[in-house]
Amino acid sequence: MLLELKNIYKNYIQGTMEVPVLKDINLCVEEGEYVAIMGPSGSGKSTLMNIIGCIDKPTSGTYLLDDVEIEKCKDKELSEVRNQKIGFVFQNFNLLPRQSALDNVALPLQYAKVPIKKRKQKAKEMLEMVDLADRVSFKPTQLSGGQKQRVAIARAMVADPKILLADEPTGALDSKSGLQVMELFDTLHKQGVTIIMITHSDEIASYADRVVKIIDGELYEGDAQPVTGGDEHE
Amino acid sequence: MLENIRLSFQGIWAHKMRSLLTMLGIIIGIAAIIAIVSTIKGTSEQIKENLVGSGNNIVNVKLYQGEWTYTSGDSSTPENMPMVTDDIKNEILAVDEVTAVASYRYGALYEGINSGTKDLGNAPVYGVDKDYFRVMGYTVQTGRLFEDQDWTNYTKGVILDTVAANTLFASENPIGKTLEIKGEPFIIVGVVEQIDGFTPKVTNMNDWYTYYGNTSSGQVFITDVNWPLIFSFDEPYNLVVKPAGTDAMTNAGKKTADIMNSYMPATSSENVSEGGTDEDSSSSSFKYKSEDLLETAKAMQEVSASTSQQLIWIASISLLVGGIGVMNIMLVSVTERTREIGLKKALGARKSVILMQFLTEAAVLTSMGGIIGVGAGVGLAYLISDVASVPVAISGAAIAISVIFSMVIGIVFGFIPSVKASNLNPIDALRYE
Repeated sequence: MLLELKNIYKNYIQGTMEVPVLKDINLCVEEGEYVAIMGPSGSGKSTLMNIIGCIDKPTSGTYLLDDVEIEKCKDKELSEVRNQKIGFVFQNFNLLPRQSALDNVALPLQYAKVPIKKRKQKAKEMLEMVDLADRVSFKPTQLSGGQKQRVAIARAMVADPKILLADEPTGALDSKSGLQVMELFDTLHKQGVTIIMITHSDEIASYADRVVKIIDGELYEGDAQPVTGGDEHE
Repeated sequence: MLENIRLSFQGIWAHKMRSLLTMLGIIIGIAAIIAIVSTIKGTSEQIKENLVGSGNNIVNVKLYQGEWTYTSGDSSTPENMPMVTDDIKNEILAVDEVTAVASYRYGALYEGINSGTKDLGNAPVYGVDKDYFRVMGYTVQTGRLFEDQDWTNYTKGVILDTVAANTLFASENPIGKTLEIKGEPFIIVGVVEQIDGFTPKVTNMNDWYTYYGNTSSGQVFITDVNWPLIFSFDEPYNLVVKPAGTDAMTNAGKKTADIMNSYMPATSSENVSEGGTDEDSSSSSFKYKSEDLLETAKAMQEVSASTSQQLIWIASISLLVGGIGVMNIMLVSVTERTREIGLKKALGARKSVILMQFLTEAAVLTSMGGIIGVGAGVGLAYLISDVASVPVAISGAAIAISVIFSMVIGIVFGFIPSVKASNLNPIDALRYE
């Protein structure tokens, strides 16, 4: 088991009100799985993704990632987990605008204290993998949306993470670029990379082995539908 | 670290105008301090140079009667004053700080120095020994200096300085002409001038009499052996010593005075108070003192230094204001880059990495301000020196301290924004719009 979420609750505080966003989420993901998380906007799927990515903390519940008890981690250890076990791909790419594609890709290695030469070499390899070897010194503003997302994927994969998290990776792309990105995910998946991806598109979700749905903060496996009263699902 | 510095330059360059305006406070503060320090240091060196002279520094060791120098002809001759023998001279020359010594008698005549109908007024008269002109740095302009036989033969020769020669003879050649001193005829053998432009600063009336009261109508030199022709027998001597260097002046003067004082009669005051009133006897004790120009220079430098310190404090206020400006802009910068910080944290950047990034940026920003400020300050110092004709002495230490200090300002005032940045919650930061 690579990842195990147990009884995860997440509440947001709005003024004096406590708004529940995630209710009793239980999710296990095995190594090498390709999971799509679906759900309408506001359902809490991004919050779940952020908790999996260790950039948000659940209000209660336990989270085991690669045998690390995340809720017991201190700030420094969390940074390490994010750096070495997780690769993030965002809908809006989140590249540093003033730095070249190469520097953007190399950024996680800098935090892992990899020597600069090795860093550049590895980043170059990753850019070759995403077919952008000829765009190494381009700034994000000089790249198309699809190219930016591929740079972001190269950055997510550069530190050989256990798990690749993608939040609507094709959301800001045209269909052709989106297809390229999904093909890239396929390739990575075939290489054994564990992928968890958020999407609201059935077409995109069809690339995944497994689909889970979040509706109103509750998680449903496969085609299961919410039942009034809130049945327990995996 | 190098990467952080590179990133900082990128960030600063990306907001050129903003960075420049932020730096302005630091630039003005540092420029003001550098300009002040440089002009003050220049002024202080000028004071020292004016007082001490830059080349042929000499220290006068004069016989004082109380607070005033003894002048032949002004009061009755003190008895049992030590004559400056070769033995005493050798003893003085044995002092490490002394490289040469000469002795002279000094007298003032308020009338009675004339050549024909022309009068020299109250020119001072010097009775000099064989070393005097050499030690004082006089050179012959026309004629000759005194020679050994002038002492052995008691030749009645006289030497004038250029001022006296001009006063009496204007463009005529004075050599061979007769100068009467108190009715005694002397033949003018030479005219001398001092090599170094020695322009002493005057701090009290005594100095004024010594330097300007005398030189206004020129100076007259005769051999010391002829002194009794004009003044009394056994008139006491003054000394002039050449120190090993500017810094040796104080010691050279003091040690020479000590040696002379060791030859003074134990109860000199009683010897001279004959016929004087009680008041006289209390103030008439004789003593050799060195006229320590270096000490005077130091005192004046201290005054100027304390004034400058106050100016530096005022200039520092600008640095404080500049520092607050830096803090303000860094806070803006942190807010602007909240998403960037969130992303970096999501990619695994530790708190310390973010902290260092922003601290470095603040320090680079203020250091650049400091360096530009130093440049501006040096320029300003030269401008001030040009306009106010004050010399400039650029202080390397002040430059180094300024740059380091501006860097420290960046670190101090950049600290709160940097901590704020490093404490951002990655999810909140990523969501920030």
